[in-house]
Amino acid sequence: MTFNIYDFTSFNQWIDKTLYDNLPSFWALIIEMTLIGVAFLLFYAVIGLFLVYAERKVCAFIQNRVGPNRVGPYGIFQTIADFIKLLMKEIIPINNADKFLFNLAPFIVIIASFMAIAAIPFGKGLHAIDFNIGIFYVMAVSSLGVVGILLAGWSSNNKYSLIGAMRSGAQIVSYELSVGLSMVTMVILAGSMQLSEIVEAQRNGWFIFTGHIPAFIAFVIFLIASTAETNRGPFDLAEAESELTAGFHTEYSGIKFAFFFLAEYMNMFIVASIAATIFWGGWMPLHIGGWVGFNHAMDFIPPFFWYMGKTLIVIFLMMWFKWTFPRLRIDQLLKLEWKYLLPINLFNIILMALVVLMGWHF
Amino acid sequence: MNNSVSSDYIPILLQSVVVFGFVVITMLATHFLTAKRRKIETRKKSNNFECGIEVKGNARIPFSVKYFMVAILFVLFDVEIIFFYPYAINFRELGWGGLFSMFIFVALLLIGFFYLHRKGALKWE
Repeated sequence: MTFNIYDFTSFNQWIDKTLYDNLPSFWALIIEMTLIGVAFLLFYAVIGLFLVYAERKVCAFIQNRVGPNRVGPYGIFQTIADFIKLLMKEIIPINNADKFLFNLAPFIVIIASFMAIAAIPFGKGLHAIDFNIGIFYVMAVSSLGVVGILLAGWSSNNKYSLIGAMRSGAQIVSYELSVGLSMVTMVILAGSMQLSEIVEAQRNGWFIFTGHIPAFIAFVIFLIASTAETNRGPFDLAEAESELTAGFHTEYSGIKFAFFFLAEYMNMFIVASIAATIFWGGWMPLHIGGWVGFNHAMDFIPPFFWYMGKTLIVIFLMMWFKWTFPRLRIDQLLKLEWKYLLPINLFNIILMALVVLMGWHF
Repeated sequence: MNNSVSSDYIPILLQSVVVFGFVVITMLATHFLTAKRRKIETRKKSNNFECGIEVKGNARIPFSVKYFMVAILFVLFDVEIIFFYPYAINFRELGWGGLFSMFIFVALLLIGFFYLHRKGALKWE
């Protein structure tokens, strides 16, 4: 077995072979997938904790504060302490709540966000499942989360929660159209929905550069729409602390609240990693034509770091949005989507098709 | 891997089973961790949150129909978007003829969109 940090294919085949040689194929499959699931769980927890900390620090620096600085050096253990606190909190039962749906909602939200992560390519050969419909699958699964949010708001029998859930439902379904259409634009350029092939098609240049104008429009629309789809500011009408207390999760306490919180950050990670995959070349290193030495130096950085770096930059952009723009009103929000983004997106698809057919892309 | 079979999706099923197990285990952990502590029961503790005032009536009252309209419009447009995907995949083989058909499709979609706009379905003020 050769462990290569630039190409995980042989490592995967080694695990696959070892398991299938020693066990009947059914159990090998089960064990393999459970291992992958546990690995993803660890990754999920680490990323969730890190993103909560990062958001608090970014927010603090934008508002000219210090942020968490008591637990551990620079407060890095703050979110771990918060998680332990949430684990110890009592779960308060709510009068008149629909008990079954109230308890089911956090499960749906967290399962939806966890399933989408399976199709994401973190590096060469470093993905759990490589579908031929990868991007379609991610879109389909990540939009399941809205069901959990609607259930949470409706079942808790609280006026704020109901308003929050209704806003969230209208907002997520509206902006999903724009997310889907800007993904279609990039699928036209790539010619495939398989995420590994989309990344492979960007070997000679990332799509944001090779697809010039339509790709850039698609990226801006994707960024706006995915910020709205994950219920983040300036589109956080569903939570809107100052008007709806906490929106759809007002009545949730303890670990159930933590699940909503974790799922929100994971959704942010998923949309950012999709943006990095389809616009910024996934795990492909930055190459500039003709600069041989520079290209070799860039090749030296492992793909996983490229991938995480791009994803974290997109996440930082989304945090920057949240802490610099004021919140929109619901009619302004829906107007932005239906009257501007949707028609622009439809024209953009035609433009992209024209660019690809004429061979104007690089 | 051009043809997918349903067994390709078993990993997804197992993945959801693993995360379901994680959620259940965490819920059990929080149950046992909190059970040791004394729970304080008061009369109003489990009331719905109303910013400190008495709860009046039920929250599940008829709601603004505009949200329902958005959901209906979403269903219509989302189905149209799904039609884009097969075209996007086979786009290079279809060439100019494909582009022309897609142009007609988008034009029809936009006619419907402008009809909605004229009818005032996109007015929320």
